[in-house]
Amino acid sequence: MILKHLVLVSCALFSLGLYSILTRRNAIGMLLGVELILNAASLNFVVFGQLYGMVQAQAFALFIIALAACEAAVGLAIIMSLYRTAKTVWADQAQLLKG
Amino acid sequence: MLPTATLATSAVLWFLTALILLSAWWVAALSNLFRAALSLGVVLLGVAALFLFVHAEFLAFVQILVYVGAILTLVVFAIMLTAKLQDPAAPVSGRQQGPAAVVSLAVFGLLAWLVCRWPWPESASPAPVNLQALGRELVTTLVLPFEVISLVFVAAMVGAIALAASPKAPKDAAR
Repeated sequence: MILKHLVLVSCALFSLGLYSILTRRNAIGMLLGVELILNAASLNFVVFGQLYGMVQAQAFALFIIALAACEAAVGLAIIMSLYRTAKTVWADQAQLLKG
Repeated sequence: MLPTATLATSAVLWFLTALILLSAWWVAALSNLFRAALSLGVVLLGVAALFLFVHAEFLAFVQILVYVGAILTLVVFAIMLTAKLQDPAAPVSGRQQGPAAVVSLAVFGLLAWLVCRWPWPESASPAPVNLQALGRELVTTLVLPFEVISLVFVAAMVGAIALAASPKAPKDAAR
């Protein structure tokens, strides 16, 4: 059953992305985990769209890719700003609210 | 039509699965962040190949163009700009690997159990979606998200530039 196999691959990608977010100290490393989770979600969308013959699934996967681009741009801008002010990219060292 | 499970199809599918999961494990576990970003590129290419498996060719091309071509490049730029502080003397980023592994395996176990319990239909599905139907859907039924995405793009670009732009030189304020 190919489609069930593909959904299981997307579940494995999701859990690996979750593991990456939980263990990485570097903020950019956490962003890589978020990209894994987004890919798992879009693969899931496309597989179920193929199962039911609906085209909205591929359109939603397009929207996921577009929103992932926006989120990566804004997230990396935040990380650059953090690096400029706090001189660090370790997420557990950004502890102070005052700049 | 559901892809039939011939031997060649199964071999390619298992090869792609192994490639994706091994590269995703490298994304999660490699201490060198640049190599983790390159492994993410391999994962994205593998997912694009899986999109080809389910007859989503346009989506596979968009995935390669946007994800690998733009987002991965952006991530690599950010890694190179912040690489000075990743000295080898810093402790390895392996905090709380045990509880994180337990949580991830529990989530995967729950999802896999639910997926295997679900009654997968054996009959062939309707005809695969084609590019014309996708384009027509984007400008008729899904025109509102399609236009709102443009607003989100503008907002994200303006926000990213405002956040990452260099601050004004302080000597202008001291005069």
